[in-house]
Order: sequence, then C-alpha cells, then structure tokens
Amino acid sequence: MAKQMTGAEIVVRALKDQGVDVVFGYPGGAVLPIYDEIFKQNDIRHILVRHEQGATHMAEGYARSTGKPGVVLVTSGPGATNAVTGMTDALMDSIPMVVLTGQVPTFMIGNDAFQEADTVGITRPCTKHNWLVKDTDRLADTIHKAFHVATHGRPGPVLIDIPKDVQFARGTYTEPKDARTETYQPRTEGDADAIEAVVDLLEEAERPILYTGGGVINSGPQASRLLRELVAETGAPVTSTLMGLGAYPASGANWLGMLGMHGTYEANMAMHDCDLMVCIGARFDDRITGRTDAFSPMSRKVHIDIDPSSINKNIHVDIPIVGDVGRVLEVLLERWRARGSKTGDQSAWWSQIAAWKAVDCLRYQPSQKTIKPQHAIERLEALTRGMDRYVTTEVGQHQMWAAQFMGFDEPNRWMTSGGLGTMGYGLPASIGVQIAHPESLVVNVAGEASWLMVMQEMCTAVQYRLPVKQFILNNERLGMVRQWQELLHGERYSHSYSEALPDFVKLAEAFGCKGIHCNDPADLDEAIREMLAYDGPVIFDCLVEKHENCFPMIPSGKAHNEMLLGEASTEGAIDAGGAVLV
Amino acid sequence: MNALALKKGASKKSAYHLRAPVEEKEERHCLTVLVDNEPGVLARVIGLFSGRGYNIESLTVAETDHLGHRSRITVVTTGTPMVIEQIKAQLGRLVPVHDVHDLTVESAHVERELALVKVASQGNERVEALRLKDAFRARVVDSTLASFVFELTGSPEKIDAFIELMRPLGLVEVARTGVAAITRGAEGM
Repeated sequence: MAKQMTGAEIVVRALKDQGVDVVFGYPGGAVLPIYDEIFKQNDIRHILVRHEQGATHMAEGYARSTGKPGVVLVTSGPGATNAVTGMTDALMDSIPMVVLTGQVPTFMIGNDAFQEADTVGITRPCTKHNWLVKDTDRLADTIHKAFHVATHGRPGPVLIDIPKDVQFARGTYTEPKDARTETYQPRTEGDADAIEAVVDLLEEAERPILYTGGGVINSGPQASRLLRELVAETGAPVTSTLMGLGAYPASGANWLGMLGMHGTYEANMAMHDCDLMVCIGARFDDRITGRTDAFSPMSRKVHIDIDPSSINKNIHVDIPIVGDVGRVLEVLLERWRARGSKTGDQSAWWSQIAAWKAVDCLRYQPSQKTIKPQHAIERLEALTRGMDRYVTTEVGQHQMWAAQFMGFDEPNRWMTSGGLGTMGYGLPASIGVQIAHPESLVVNVAGEASWLMVMQEMCTAVQYRLPVKQFILNNERLGMVRQWQELLHGERYSHSYSEALPDFVKLAEAFGCKGIHCNDPADLDEAIREMLAYDGPVIFDCLVEKHENCFPMIPSGKAHNEMLLGEASTEGAIDAGGAVLV
Repeated sequence: MNALALKKGASKKSAYHLRAPVEEKEERHCLTVLVDNEPGVLARVIGLFSGRGYNIESLTVAETDHLGHRSRITVVTTGTPMVIEQIKAQLGRLVPVHDVHDLTVESAHVERELALVKVASQGNERVEALRLKDAFRARVVDSTLASFVFELTGSPEKIDAFIELMRPLGLVEVARTGVAAITRGAEGM
C-alpha cells in the first residue's frame, strides 16, 4: 500500500528525497500548509528572504556555486510575480532552479481571488517548463519530474504551482524512482563522425582557438578538467564568455582572457583571425559576435552544445555537435589520443597573439588622487587571490572590470548575471553562495546603483550571520548607462546620476553589520584587509573616479577587429546602425 | 544602409545582423508537432511563435490518440531556411513535445482543409453558385430560400479559389479549419 499523506507533507518529503538541504522562501497565505510542515522538521533549512526576487537570486548563487538545483518557495500572486525576474535570469543563464508557488484553492482559480495570479501563464515564457498541480496524487510525481527537467539537458528554472486545497488534501506519495521522467531525455552523446571530423580539423589547424562558455561549467567539474586536457594536447589558445570564466584557469599559459564587447584585444583579434574556432558550450550571443556578417570570416567553426536550438541560431557553423560538453570532450580526447594526433604548426599564430597581448588593452591611467575602479578591483584581486574565494557581481561597468581584472582558476567560483543582465543580482547571489559555502570568502563586486535595488537582503545576511563582503564601487552614477550616453547621445546624461545616495557606513550600522568607507588610494589596501578580516557581513563603500569608461570595447554594430582601446577617440565611434542596438 | 530606416522585424537573426528583409527568400513549411495533451500545451506552442517573432499562417490541433493523450498540431509557417530550422529546434525542446516533422522537406504529403462558406443570393447568382459548388465538389449542408452553406474540403489554394468565385455571388462569411496534413504512402511517422 502506497503511502498516504497531505499535499504539504508530500512537498517536504519530495524535497528531502531530491536531496534538497536548503530552501529560499517567503511565506504567505497560499503556502501556509507547506510552511507548517517545514516548521515540523529539521532536515531542510529554510532561509527567510526579504523579497521574492532575492530568493530566486540566492537560489541561483547556490546553484551556480554547487552545481545542484536551487529551490525557492513563495506564495501566490505577488510572491510569484516577484520571482519572475530571477526565473528569467536563470533561464537566460541556464541555471537549474525549482520554484514552488502557492496558488488559491482550485475551486477559486479564475475568480480573481485575493492574491490570485495566472502564475503558470505569467511564467510560461520564463521557465523551462511549469506545472499547475490540481490533484494531490500527482504532486510528488510532478515535483520529481520538475527536478529532472531542471537538471537534465540544458539546465533551467521550472515552476510548480500548488493550490492551497491540494496542499491540505491527502494523496499518494510517489518515490523518485517511480516518477515518470522517461519522456524528457535530451541527447547527451555527440555524433561520432562529427567528433572525428573535429579531430581532423584540429590536426590541420594553424590558427585554432577554443571559445568556451557556461556550458562547460554546467556540464560539471569533469568537463573543465577535460577542457584543460584538450588545451594541453592541442596547444590551442583559449578564450571564454563571461559565463564560462574559471573553466580554463586564468593562470593557464594558453589563456587569452574574456572575449566579447568588453573582452581583451587579444581574445577578440584571435577570434577574428583564427582558421578554426571550436565553440564549447557557448551560444554566439550578440555580446560575443559583434557584427555577425563580419564575424570571424576566415574560420571553420565547430559548435558543441546540448541545446539543438543554439546551433545555427546566430552564426552558421560547419560542424554542429549536439551533446553534453563533458561527454563530447571525453570522446574527442579519446579519439585524439587513439589516433596519436598532433596539431599543425602554431608558432606564427602564437607570435601574432604575443603581439596583440603587447598592446596591453586593459591599461588605464593610474591616479594618486582618486581611486580608479580598475585599481580597486586589482587590489581586491591581489589581496584575495589564492584564498578559498567566490565572487558575485551586480551588472554594469564594475561587472566588466571584475571580469577583466579578476582571475578564476576553478569553475563555479564566479557568479554573474550574463544573459539577462539583472541589476540587483549580486547581493542575494552572494548570500546563496555563502549558505552553500559557509567557510569560504564570498565577495560581491557591486555598483552602488545595482546594489540599492535589493539592499533589503542585507537583513537576511545579518539574520543568518553570513559574512558576505559587499564591495561597492561607488561612482554615484549608473556608470555603464553614463558611458553609453557619452558615446552615443552627445554627453547628455539623462537620469544616470543618483542625486541622493545613502551614507553606506550608517546604512551598514542600521542593518547591524560593518560599514567601511574609502576614498583615498593610499588607504585602499588597509581598508580591504579590514573588510576581509572582519567576521561578519561588510558593506564596503569604495568611492571611485566618477567618469571612468570601461575599455576595451567593441562598439555596437562593429566587428571584432574594430575594437576601441582606452585612449582612442570615442567620438562618432557608434554609427546610426549601431545606435539602434543595445 | 541606414539601420534606423529598417522596418521592425527586418532583422531575422541577432540584433547585430542588420540586413534588408528581401535578402533571404522566405519559404512556406508545413510542420507536424506531436505533443502530450496537457493543459497549456497549445499556449506554449503559440507563445513560442509570438515570443520569438515567427509567423503562423494556419494552425490546427486536436487529440489524435485518446488513450495516450497525444495531440497533433499542424502548423503552416513561413520564414527563411535558417528561421525554419530555428522554429523546429525551438519546438523540439519544449518538454511536452515528442516529435517535430517538417512535411515540406521530409516527404510527399497531402494538405487538406475544410471550409464552411455562406452565400446569400437570388436568381441567376444563386444558380451560378450551385453550379460552381458542383464543379468544386462542395456539399450543401444548410439551405434557405435566400441562402446556402457549402461545405468544401481540399487544399488551401482550392478553397481560396472557391471563396474568390463566391465573392460576387453573395458571399456572406467563411469558416475555415486550417490545414491538416499527413504523409503519402504506407509509412507512418
């Protein structure tokens, strides 16, 4: 006889059986039965957030730093709608997340009941899949299936909407092994002939490049290890998207730095001039390609991706391989070694790369008077390198500078909102990371504007004694917006200036944590050390140069080899064609 | 060309790929999609088309396997070859979608549509409408002294042609089912 229990009991039991140890959530009328069950047990830890958006970003931080799905529990109506931004973010960046929402009882659905929203309707385009469960007997099966869908194939967020009467009613519990997951089985094995063809191309190539992305990290630590082996075997240079940083170590000899709009000169020039591009778990996003009809014109292109819809979406490739990055790399290396393959002569290629590197594209004008934001991040990097460190960011200039000036030697150490570009991501993400890694250093590199968007989550950090370090580069402006207005809109700085900002040190005191203010380059190292030494959450207000621009930059609508460097004239850099782009 | 002068929707690929809409030829494709008949599945398919800016020329859906709760969606769409490939890949990755077939490229197939056509006329026009009904092998499913409702099945082109002929003969209104399609020959999908 299968086990009978209430819907709320089923939810908690199913989460336990899925190995969930922490849930980020916020209670409300339509999820009270589930909260009652959470109250009665100690296996699953519940983190009380201060806004549902915070819960979703915490779950993302947890998921990105552990590889396990993040779990969110929120109420109906506004609880669900507030979670939409985080789900969209997770969808864009392929982060596994399971969101449980309460719903008004089944007999009231459609009546515009209190706190009713069409949650599955609203979240259909921002989840990988979602379900409204109207029958308690189906609840356990649906939850198990949801975890399966979130973590298989290209990972992503899923949502289960559970009406309150379904939570109260009794039903049969289904074990995970009995759940119906067989209908969703994405292909993980790459085509053997295509992999063989890639070995051929790698043998011939004289100017190869490996262009890696978040798919390498999503595929698991094994994939990052295999990538490093492939680099060692082929001697090819490696660049990565924002999402893929850490898959290949920044300290590695073949590392070119990040590519794309604010990527390094050497990475973008190498992408443009290569004769073979092997894209591994990336998706030729518009931040990467620049102008598509001038994108890497001389190369043959290989694309390894688990999602067939990523293939030939933006850029036509010569050899598409649909499969899990880890599995494809494993077979690729196996074939490479079995054939005793050797690469072509890359010496001219590497001397060309050395010449591009000599341009020193990340150079900036140092200052004794004001703290340059690049300098602040360089010092943070220098003083934390080698520590057991995780870094999250908000979105904007500081995010790009962090990507340029910080080095990651391992996967899952860098959490940033790439696809959606969600301001307000970094603070809650840092909390999610710290929950998963209580002993590690977790730093959120932030801008003051992004940080203010969800700053109420500092209460969560204080409540759970999470020593997250909020490293705010405060330029009193929306820096990236300001930069685009300078380049594109005749220096008319429309609403990109914050006239009223809080005193961050007093704010820290009000939250019950530590505040540090620094505006003198001479004091910076000491202030960063003080932040690192403090055993508790810190808000670090680092007042930086207000008008610094983020370079290098591929202007909108331009090709990789038309990059702007720091001292270049930016007047007229973006033409009318580029101006319509974001 | 000046990108600001481009019409909305002119760029078919990434936002950075600015090109004139006439540069790549659009093709008409008939797709068959087998899905689990679960709540919201049609909204998922339609939402995909509207959300990503794809065209729907016609769409029909009904449960074709009652025991297995499977529905068959036939959708006629237009797009450049690259867009058609995207549509198929995007449909294929929806969780309740089992199979996507492009009948236009995969095999010879028949496309049929049913139309109900209401015509109100008197005298010679009424006689002419009846005569054309026979030529098109339509049936009369309702009649009054002043009107007919014709039922017609056939390819979309045949139905278009019939409707055009009825227009001067007192056409009142038309209901069409959209295209249902199946492959020719003994093989199933």
